[in-house]
Amino acid sequence: MTVATLKTTPERLLARDRRALARLITWAENAHPRFPGALREIYGHVGRARRLGVTGPPGVGKSTLCNGLVSCLRERGSEVGVLAVDPSSPFTGGALLGDRIRMESHTKDPGVFVRSMASRDSHGGLARAAVDACDVMDAFGFDELILETVGVGQAEYDIVSAADTVIVVLCPGAGDSVQAMKAGLLEVADVLVVNKNDAPGADRLVSDLEDAVALRRESRDGWTTPVVRSSAGRGLGLEDVLAAVEQQRTFLGSAGLAARRRKMRVAQVQRTVGELLVQALWSDGCRVEFIKTALASGRPPYDVADEMRDQIL
Amino acid sequence: MQMTERKIRVLIGKPGLDGHDRGAKTVASVLRDHGMEVIYTGLHQTPAEIAEAAAQEDVDVVGLSILSGAHMTLFPRVREELVSRGMGEILMVGGGIIPAEDAETLRNDGFARLFGPGTNTDEIAEWIATEMKQRFEEEGDDQ
Repeated sequence: MTVATLKTTPERLLARDRRALARLITWAENAHPRFPGALREIYGHVGRARRLGVTGPPGVGKSTLCNGLVSCLRERGSEVGVLAVDPSSPFTGGALLGDRIRMESHTKDPGVFVRSMASRDSHGGLARAAVDACDVMDAFGFDELILETVGVGQAEYDIVSAADTVIVVLCPGAGDSVQAMKAGLLEVADVLVVNKNDAPGADRLVSDLEDAVALRRESRDGWTTPVVRSSAGRGLGLEDVLAAVEQQRTFLGSAGLAARRRKMRVAQVQRTVGELLVQALWSDGCRVEFIKTALASGRPPYDVADEMRDQIL
Repeated sequence: MQMTERKIRVLIGKPGLDGHDRGAKTVASVLRDHGMEVIYTGLHQTPAEIAEAAAQEDVDVVGLSILSGAHMTLFPRVREELVSRGMGEILMVGGGIIPAEDAETLRNDGFARLFGPGTNTDEIAEWIATEMKQRFEEEGDDQ
C-alpha cells in the first residue's frame, strides 16, 4: 500500500509521510478537535525516542549547540527530530521564529526534521503543544528528539516535564558565582554546558558551576551533574556533551527512565484536567456574577473563594 | 480540548545569492506585529531548502524576497518544489525589484501578490490576514 492510498493523517504518519507529520503537529498546536483521536491512533508507537531538552538564557548558543548535536547524532546513524520553541509576543500574539537559521545545514537531510513553535500562552519556556509534538515525532520513528526551549531566565522549568535528559547551557560573562547558586536553573540540569568556552571568563564560570553543584546537598535521583565545555559555533566539545548525556542515560537506566516518564505523564494529565476544569468553571457566567455580588457586599476575597469552593465540590 | 485561535504561519525566504535582507526582515517583523508566526530561514537558500522548510513548518503562506533580478528563475522554482511536496495550494507572495511585466507572468504562475518598493508594510500584513481568514473559513475543521 502506498502512502497516497492511506486515508487518515495518523495512518500516513505511521507510514512515515512527512507531510502528515507536519500536519499533526499543527493540529496539536491549534488544539484541533481531531488531535486527541489522532494521538489515540498513534499512541502505541510513542515511547521509543530519547528526548533531550536544551535550555538556558537567551543568546548562550542553544540553537547552535542543537545544530552541532544533530550533526553528531547523524554521524552515529540516528534519525533526529528537533522542536525549537521561540517566544510569542504577549501584546500581539505574533512571533518571529528564527532557530532554523542555525540549523539550515540539516534542512535537506531526510533523517532530520526541524519544527519551530511559538510559545503562545505558555510561560514555562515551552509551548503547550510541545509534548504533543514530541509524541507525534516519536511515533513517526525518530531515534532522538531534541527540544529547545525559549531563552529562559530564572523561573521557567516546563522542560523538566518534557525531556528525559535536560541540558542547561550557559556562557561566560553573565553574572557571578552567587548567580550560579540561586535556586532554579541549575537544579533542573542533568548536564551543565559552558558554551563559548573560548570567551574570557569561561574557566571561572566552570569552577563556579562545579562549586555550586558540589554544594548541593542532593541532586535529582542522586546523579552528580557534570559541567562540560563546548564551543558549538566551532564544532568543539559536542562529543563531550553527548558523552555526558550518555552517562546520565546509563545512570538513569531503564527503570529510572520509566519512572521519570510516568511522572511526566501524570503531570501532563493533571495539567490538562486543570485546564478542562477551568474552562468548564468559567464558561458559565453566573459564577463570575456571584463573585462580583459577594465582593460588592464587602466580603473579603478569601471568604468568597472558600464559599465558591464549597459550592462546587 | 478547546480549539485555540488558528494562527497564520508564514515563511519568509531569501532564495539565491543576493545578500540584502533588510526588506525580508522588515516584512517579517511587521507580520509578527500583526500577530502572525513568522519563520525566517535566512540568506542564500536554495528553492528546495525553502520548500522543505515550508513543508516541515506546515506554513500557510510563503513569502519570497529577491533583489538581485533572479526572480523569474528562482520564484517559479520555489513554486515547483512546493508543488512537488503537495503544497501547490499554499498562498505565495513575493517582493523585490520586479518589473510590471514580470509581475504579470508570476501572477499567472501562482504568486497571488507581488509587492514592490514603497509598498506600505501594514497593507501587506492586512492583505495576507484578510486572504487567510477567508481560506481558514473555507477550510473549517478540514485543515
